[in-house]
Amino acid sequence: MTTKSRTRFSLALDILNHGGLLIVALIFLFPFFWMVSNAIRSNAEVMAVPVRILPHVFEWDNFAKAWTQLPFGRFFFNSMFVASSVTVITVIVSCLSGYAFARLKFPGRDALLMAYLGTLMVPAIMLIIPLFLIVNSLGMVNTFQGVILPVAFGTFGAFLMRQFFLSIPMELEEAARIDGASRLRILVSIIVPLSMPAIGLLSLFTFIAQWNNFLWPLIVMTGSDNATLPVGLTYFQTQQGTQWNFIMAGAALSMLPGVFLAILLQKLIYNSIALNAGMGGR
Amino acid sequence: MTAINDVTEVTGSQKRSRWGSRLDRREGRTAFFFLLPGLIGMVLFLVVPIIASVVLSFTNWKLLGTPQFVGISNYVRLFTADPQFWPVLRNTLFFTAEYLVLNIVISLGLAVWISSLKMGQRWFRVVFFLPTFTPGIAVAIVWMLIFAPGGFFDFIMRSLSVAMPSMLTDQTLAMQAIIIVSLWAGVGYNTVLFNAALDMVPQSYLEAARIDGANAWQRFWKIRLPLISPTLFFGTVMTAITSLQVFDQIYVMTRGGPGNATATLGYAIYQRGFQNFQMGYASTIAWVMFAMIMALTAVQFWLQRKWVHYDN
Repeated sequence: MTTKSRTRFSLALDILNHGGLLIVALIFLFPFFWMVSNAIRSNAEVMAVPVRILPHVFEWDNFAKAWTQLPFGRFFFNSMFVASSVTVITVIVSCLSGYAFARLKFPGRDALLMAYLGTLMVPAIMLIIPLFLIVNSLGMVNTFQGVILPVAFGTFGAFLMRQFFLSIPMELEEAARIDGASRLRILVSIIVPLSMPAIGLLSLFTFIAQWNNFLWPLIVMTGSDNATLPVGLTYFQTQQGTQWNFIMAGAALSMLPGVFLAILLQKLIYNSIALNAGMGGR
Repeated sequence: MTAINDVTEVTGSQKRSRWGSRLDRREGRTAFFFLLPGLIGMVLFLVVPIIASVVLSFTNWKLLGTPQFVGISNYVRLFTADPQFWPVLRNTLFFTAEYLVLNIVISLGLAVWISSLKMGQRWFRVVFFLPTFTPGIAVAIVWMLIFAPGGFFDFIMRSLSVAMPSMLTDQTLAMQAIIIVSLWAGVGYNTVLFNAALDMVPQSYLEAARIDGANAWQRFWKIRLPLISPTLFFGTVMTAITSLQVFDQIYVMTRGGPGNATATLGYAIYQRGFQNFQMGYASTIAWVMFAMIMALTAVQFWLQRKWVHYDN
C-alpha cells in the first residue's frame, strides 16, 4: 500500500511540475500572441480602452496590406537579399581560408590563425564609425554592397571550418591528389560535400545574425527603398497616426523565418550549443 | 587549443629536403590564393577600422571638414567636462549588473526545471529559445505596445489595483522596462546552454549521491552546480560582453530617455557619431567601452578561481 501511494504521490508531483512550467511557457509566449492579436485588428482598436485580448473583428487582410502598402514586402526581400548574400560570401570565404589553415603548409600559419581568433574579441559596435567612413569613401552608402561587404568577412567561419576539416581523414583526399586533382578541385568535390553539417551550422547562424542585424543597416541604408525589415519597422514609429496594426503585422513577418528555423532545426541548434557547453572554459 | 599544437608538431617534424621545399613553395602559393579573399576582407573591414578607430579618437573630425589631431583632449573632455558621460556610464553599468544577474539566475532556473521533466524537454527549450532567433527590433516594438500608456501592462496593473506610472516615461522605471525586454529576448540562449550542460552531468554521480542520502537540494548545490560551473562561467562572460553593448531596444523604446535615464554607451556612440557626426568623439567613447569590456572580462576570469570547478 505504501509504495502504491508513494508512486501516486510522485505522479501527482510530476504532473504539477510539467503543468507549472507549461504555465510559465504560455506566459512567456504572450508577446508573440499579443503581436498577432494586434496585427489582425483595426488600428482604432489597438489603443482602445478597455484593452481587448482578442479583436472584435478579425482583419486577416492586414498582413496583405502591410506587405504591399507599407511596403514590408519590399523590406522583406531586401532583408532576404542582404542576409543570403552575406551567408553565401561567408561560407565561400570561410571554406577557402579554413582549408588553407587545415591542410596547407605556409610560413606564419599559426600566427595568422591566432590573429584571426584575436579579431573575434573586438565588439562589432566599436567598429561602426570607421566602417561607415570606409563605406562612405568607397561611395557605397545606401547601396546593398555597402551593407553586405563589411559584415561578410567575419573570421569565426574560417576557424569553424578549419576545425571541421581537421576531423576529415587525410586519406580521402590523398587518392585524389595522386590522380592529379588540384587543391580547389579537392575542396569543392571532396571536402565540401563531407562538411555539410558545419556549413549548415555556419549558414544558419550567419543568416539569422544578418536577418536580425539592425545598427549596421540603419547607418548605411539612408534611403527608405533599400531598408531591411528591422530598419523599415522603425520608419513608422514617429509618423503621425502610427499604424500599430500594420507595424505588428510587419514585426510578425520579420519574426517568421527565425521562428520557422528555430523549430525546424531545433536539433542542430541544440547540438551546436551543447558543443559550446561541453567546451565551456575547458 | 590542442588541435593547434598538434598541427605545429606535424609541421615541425617534417624533413625539408630540396624536393620538399619546392613542394612547400607551391603549397604556399595555393594557400595564398585560398586565403586572399578572406585576408582582403579582414584587412579592409577589420584591421584598418581598428587602427582608424584609435587614430580617430585623437581627432576632432566631424565628417565634413578636415580632421585635426587634438591629442588626448577627447578623453579629458569625456571624463572631466562632458555632463552626459557619467550618467551614461552609470546607466550602462546598472543595466549590465541587473541584467546579467537576472539573466543567469532565470536561465539557470529554467534549465534546471526543464531538465527535471520526464517529457517535452525539447519543446520547452524551443519555446524559451524562440526570441533569440527573432529581430531585436521587432521584439522591442511588440514590448513597446505592451508598455504603452493605457496598453496591456497598464491594464494588468490596474486589474491588480497597483497604482504605478507608465513604464517607458518614468525616470526610474524606463530602465526596468528595457531590462525586462532584454531578459525576454536573451534568456533563451543561456537556458539551452545550461540545460545542455546539465544533460552532460553523468547519471552515475547523481545516483551515487542519492545512495549516500543526499537530497535533491544537496545534489544540486554539491554535484550538478560545480560540474556545470565552467559552462556557467562561459555563459556569464559572453552575456556580460553583449550586455555592455546594448542598443536596439533602447533605440526603439526610449531613444535614451526620458531625459537620459536609459542612455547607454552603445546609444551614446550612435548619438555622437551618427546624429551629431562627431566621429572623433564617438570613437573615444567606443574605446572606453572596449576598455570596460576587457576590464569586466578580466575581473570575471580572476573571480572564476573562487567558484569555477574544473575536474582536470
